[in-house]
Amino acid sequence: MTQHPVQDRADQGGAPGVPQEAVLVLEDGRVFRGEAYGAVGQTVGEAVFSTGMTGYQETFTDPSYHRQVVVMTAPHIGNTGVNSADMESRRIWAAGVVVRDPALRPSNWRSQGDLADALRDAGVVGASGVDTRALTRHLRDRGAMRVGIFSGPAARRPHEELLRTVTEAPRMAGSALAAEVSTDQAYVVSPPEGVPTRFTVAALDLGIKGTTPALLASRGVRVHVLPATSTFEDVRATEPDGVFFSNGPGDPATADHEVGLLREVLDAGLPFFGICFGNQLLGRALGLGTYKLPFGHRGINQPVLDRSTGKVEVTAHNHGFAIAWPEGVPTDQPADTAYGPVRCSHVALNDDVVEGLRCEQVPAFSVQYHPEAAAGPHDAEYLFDRFTQLMEDHRAQA
Amino acid sequence: MPRREDIRSVLVIGSGPIVIGQAAEFDYSGTQACRVLREEGVRVVLVNSNPATIMTDPGVADATYVEPITPEIVESIIAKERPDAVLATLGGQTALNTAIALHEAGVLERYGCPLIGADVRAIQLGEDRQLFKGVVERCGAEVARSSICHTMDEVLAAVEDLGYPVVVRPSFTMGGLGSGFAHDEETLRRIAGAGLQDSPTTEVLLEESILGWKEYELEIMRDHADNVVVVCSIENLDPMGVHTGDSITVAPAMTLTDVEYQQLRDIAIAVIREVGVDTGGCNIQFAVNPADGRVIVIEMNPRVSRSSALASKATGFPIAKIAAKMALGYTLDEVPNDITSSGGLRPPGTPRTASGEELREADRWYSAAFEPTLDYVVVKVPRFAFEKFPAADPTLTTTMKSVGEAMALGRNFTEALQKALRSVERSSSSFHWREEEAPSAGMARALLDQARTPTDGRLVLVQQALRGGCSVQEVHEATGIDPWFLDQIALLNQVAEEVRSHARASAGGRLTPELLRRAKRHGFSDAQIGELTGLSESVVRGVRHALGVRPVYKTVDTCAGEFVALTPYHYSSYDEETEVAPRERPAVIILGSGPNRIGQGIEFDYSCVHASLALREHGFDTVMVNCNPETVSTDYDTSSRLYFEPLTLEDVLEVVHAERQAGPLAGVVVQLGGQTPLGLAAALKAEGVPVVGTSPEAIHLAEDRGAFGRILAETGLSAPRHGIAFSVEEALGVAHEIGYPVLVRPSYVLGGRGMEIVYDDDTLAAYVGRATHASPQHPVLVDRFLDTAVEIDVDAIFDGTDLYVGGIMEHIEEAGIHSGDSACVLPPFTLGRRELEEVREATRRLADAIGVRGLINVQFALAQDVLYVLEANPRASRTVPFVAKATGVALARAAARVMLGATVAELRDEGVLPRDLDGGAMPADAPFAVKEAILPFRRFRTQTGQAIDSILGPEMRSTGEVMGIDAGFGAAFAKSQLRAGSSLPTQGTVFVSVANRDKRSMIFPVKRLVDLGFTVVATAGTADVLRRNGIPAEVVRKHSDGPGPEGEPTIVDRITAGEVDMVINTPSGRDSRADGYAIRAATTSLDKPIITTVQQLAVAVLGIEAMRAGPLSVASLQEHAAALDLFGRDGADPSTR
Repeated sequence: MTQHPVQDRADQGGAPGVPQEAVLVLEDGRVFRGEAYGAVGQTVGEAVFSTGMTGYQETFTDPSYHRQVVVMTAPHIGNTGVNSADMESRRIWAAGVVVRDPALRPSNWRSQGDLADALRDAGVVGASGVDTRALTRHLRDRGAMRVGIFSGPAARRPHEELLRTVTEAPRMAGSALAAEVSTDQAYVVSPPEGVPTRFTVAALDLGIKGTTPALLASRGVRVHVLPATSTFEDVRATEPDGVFFSNGPGDPATADHEVGLLREVLDAGLPFFGICFGNQLLGRALGLGTYKLPFGHRGINQPVLDRSTGKVEVTAHNHGFAIAWPEGVPTDQPADTAYGPVRCSHVALNDDVVEGLRCEQVPAFSVQYHPEAAAGPHDAEYLFDRFTQLMEDHRAQA
Repeated sequence: MPRREDIRSVLVIGSGPIVIGQAAEFDYSGTQACRVLREEGVRVVLVNSNPATIMTDPGVADATYVEPITPEIVESIIAKERPDAVLATLGGQTALNTAIALHEAGVLERYGCPLIGADVRAIQLGEDRQLFKGVVERCGAEVARSSICHTMDEVLAAVEDLGYPVVVRPSFTMGGLGSGFAHDEETLRRIAGAGLQDSPTTEVLLEESILGWKEYELEIMRDHADNVVVVCSIENLDPMGVHTGDSITVAPAMTLTDVEYQQLRDIAIAVIREVGVDTGGCNIQFAVNPADGRVIVIEMNPRVSRSSALASKATGFPIAKIAAKMALGYTLDEVPNDITSSGGLRPPGTPRTASGEELREADRWYSAAFEPTLDYVVVKVPRFAFEKFPAADPTLTTTMKSVGEAMALGRNFTEALQKALRSVERSSSSFHWREEEAPSAGMARALLDQARTPTDGRLVLVQQALRGGCSVQEVHEATGIDPWFLDQIALLNQVAEEVRSHARASAGGRLTPELLRRAKRHGFSDAQIGELTGLSESVVRGVRHALGVRPVYKTVDTCAGEFVALTPYHYSSYDEETEVAPRERPAVIILGSGPNRIGQGIEFDYSCVHASLALREHGFDTVMVNCNPETVSTDYDTSSRLYFEPLTLEDVLEVVHAERQAGPLAGVVVQLGGQTPLGLAAALKAEGVPVVGTSPEAIHLAEDRGAFGRILAETGLSAPRHGIAFSVEEALGVAHEIGYPVLVRPSYVLGGRGMEIVYDDDTLAAYVGRATHASPQHPVLVDRFLDTAVEIDVDAIFDGTDLYVGGIMEHIEEAGIHSGDSACVLPPFTLGRRELEEVREATRRLADAIGVRGLINVQFALAQDVLYVLEANPRASRTVPFVAKATGVALARAAARVMLGATVAELRDEGVLPRDLDGGAMPADAPFAVKEAILPFRRFRTQTGQAIDSILGPEMRSTGEVMGIDAGFGAAFAKSQLRAGSSLPTQGTVFVSVANRDKRSMIFPVKRLVDLGFTVVATAGTADVLRRNGIPAEVVRKHSDGPGPEGEPTIVDRITAGEVDMVINTPSGRDSRADGYAIRAATTSLDKPIITTVQQLAVAVLGIEAMRAGPLSVASLQEHAAALDLFGRDGADPSTR
């Protein structure tokens, strides 16, 4: 545990350290006030709330939060500090963070540093002392929208000016962001020592979290993580037993290159597994539409029903977009696509959102949520076994 | 999957009386379960001996057996009712142990009624420590290194291997009874010896010490389709070594990374699967090494527990209710989350948003198959009662010692903690920053040393040590409390100093909105701010209101705001946005009774709940304010709105303000929750808050000695001679005038706190010196003590014109024993018609003169044919639920209606009250109901490990009560004494040693015992008297004489050897006090019946006769009510029968 004297960082609520003020301006004009947290300055992004009570570090370093300002509903954030093991990518991606009560200092044996320092070092502007519940309820009722955090001198600019800054920023709908977060260079994640390599998978990095290749590798998968701009030739060059598309930020409707690549994968009959953004892309490749949810699903307590077993799994979610099931087709019936019938394999229990696809004639499936968890429950980890099973079966047939 | 169709009737086993470790939480869970089962069309048969519960209300089950929870009695109920299944996972350890006994005796199989919720194998895997160890290891997790021992030799061999300190845990006991830490062989022998005795399987576990590790608990639900959810994580602020029931606990866990939390979750789920808890709730406890994260599984309870009640209130997820549905065969995904759903089962048909359209209002259906997420912090603080047991060791250990708990919610930890500390209603448990007590560096060291030992109030020591300059690191090393929590307490000290210095710097101690808001966001009360700024609490409040600094009310919604909550379950916070909805119906705010404590327990919650239910049915929105997570009153669907708030003037005034903003307010009910709300009556009135029912002035009339004396004079009633003293001199003067013995007590107390019977000047002077020092503004009351009187208790309702007598109870013990500790009988068993009429008339006159509108409780003493008034309380008493059960009349409901303006005549017309009769004129063939107190003496040990004295007195010390009801008085009494492990003997040896004054009265009962075949042993003096009356008695050596020359044992030796089946020992003068103590302590340790008054002896003999006459018969309250028929529903006037 790192040691700081208690007085080192004054409580963000007040007096002696003279905290700098911060103001949040939402695109509909509503304003919330708090104090500067992390870097001082300004940031604009899509305001989303995340309801997980643990795992803020995994959340902030998840590339899917690129260009989003994350409102944490759990009031105390930073209690366990930050550490190198819980980084889900090379950096913090959240465009801003809003919390109620930041920790005075971290207290956990795994901690290597303070979250506020990490945010400051990464230049991530945040706000603390905000009525995050009121803000969450606002987003729930009005839908996700753009928000600006302005702290320090920026907070003192006239409201109209701040609001204009917010409304002039790009919207999430229509944004293609995968390329911004993807790796520049391909790299390989090999099975850990003692685990024999059984399969090779080409994983398209659309904003991949570190835990995903790690979980595949622990099952004997050599994972070639490829940039989002990779071509089918690049994929084939890895001589894959299967192809994986990761999670990632942005509007799936913009991802034409990736959809084209995926169709080539399906045409080639390669086993495919997609998560989150990858699920939406499978939907598009099959010819289904996608739409933006009013305020998305972000948290680690979301119940999903696995239609094939009738069992419920508690899962990590982070998505603002979802697959639109064809009008007039019940979700317990298959829908016809260019690649044969597809089933809605998983549904969200709370609102019946399509949470998974399983093709009946091509070896492809995907889920909207996060079997890699991090943060979140491990209930859905079996999906990685389904993927290796799929590759196994495919190899046996071949 | 829909529910099982093969289950049409279920026997629900309750948890019996409130004892330490098993309290009101099982009334809450059991009541929920019964309601669910009935909603599902299942016939519910219930057994619970505790009359003070909501679950034993006749409307909650179809057949309610207020009968002892013993395997034999429960078997009789099964034989009579033939249920399809038995549900035993919602009644605590009592129900579970009874179910196992029934299983082992083959009863469940014989009658074809299997356990649902958890099977016997799962219970055994979860509760048997050796089997459980195997379970955990099969799940790839660790338990502490340990050894199971059945004898002291095995214990001593095991400790060689494990090393000191070791933890000793007896198997199959509740609330950690008998467990503890042993640092050396002497303590090991003592704890393990007692543990072997306490364990029904004569088994203790010795375990490596994980003292000082972090302690966590997960509450889990599983359905038969193997869906599992974690409802709540709880982190103990007090590290390992303090029973979780005695720890300050926090939800959710504060200091775990997701990686660690998910590891606990994975283990918990693997364990619940391996144990095979196929449906329902359970909890699992972990220890985590703060240095390296090593996880040890401590234990799991395959049933609903105290923690699950806490978790339900903390999250809004009703564990017991859902568990009952799971037991019927539903799966989690089929059952709605009530807080966010409009109800019913999962709607079939078309998916709602699968193609992207908006969710419609009518589609609001969210399943219970999810994990609640909190956007607030919950803190639970235990409430102890060591002041009642001065001899008991107050060190907190792995044996639970607290008698209740308070919970608070806040938007951060500091706010929740400070609210929780003030919710336990002890000024000493809240943090303070008094300047004159500012600790020096040296004092801070001393405080730190004190804080090494966990005790009630340790957190204040910690706060003062930090205030005095100890570092967080030092305090962490001394106490093991996580630095994160200590930082928060240091922050409170920092904010306090800011408030003080700011107020000092500004002219006239000006409070700014910023400063107030900052203090309030960290939970400072107006009183604390006043202390820091030198202003009175009311001035601080006035300024704060003038500046517009008020709390907002947030909602407990299970989902951190993700979905709209349909259930108004609120808590205050100094945040921006309030969520209190406007309303149209007039509201009645009901103030609850706060944490359970001795003298103020579940009986008061009972009345509050009934008032709420009755008033909701009659046009009001009811608003419950309470902070006790164990209770039915804090169930989110008991009242129209629930505010989980401390019951202080400040917190209540803010709720009143919020509700006044929301709509019309009819008034506040303060008379049902015991002394806590009653104590607020005058202040609320002074603040312009309407108090409904009996007015605060009338309450004062009854509580103020002088005023009450005038009322007695007006009504021509007598009281024992008495006086008031503000000093020792005055007290001696009063005593000399009225004569000894005198009963002395501080004014304004409940439960007889500090009450003593005094026989001489020296003792009186010492007592008054202590009392006036403790509370100079309150005088001491000195009453003539009527030492041979019969005590009578009356509960009645008065509407200004008519009196309805709920019941007249006769105490079995003579005056001098607190009414809460005294057994009583309804209807009275020795009072004649004329005396009953006199009692009724006196009650009527008192109620009228005081100005009662609602309930009144009067205690009388009848001595030499003169009726004396001991006290009158214009409020709900603790006997209201007992009276309601004994007479079949919903007294509390009727009282609530009267408080809001209904008349007794109207209620008689409506059928709420009987048309003509009342509980003061019971038919001659009415069954007898006996209420008996349950005392916690076995829980406590002195610092040297001795049992504490079990003698009764004017200070109340019981934690709960049972009721025995039967057509015959003897059988009713026998039932009241019957519980697992202890009951009246029907044969064997009795030891008799009575005070001289009692020798005459004991002769006939003891003779009868001999006639019934008992062997009598007695000390020399008693034996002489018995022999002279032709009763054979064996002489046994006194304890003080020691063993004889030939090693002849003393009476204490013989009791300890288990050779005595019942002890009759009435305390006499000082000379034999030590002997009496040793006898009682030995008897208490073995849990054998002990009789300490001759009146008890007489009725005990009647009870023994009834038990010998054949098996006790069982009857449900519904059957009793039908036979009694006060309401005359069968057409005949029962009084003529």
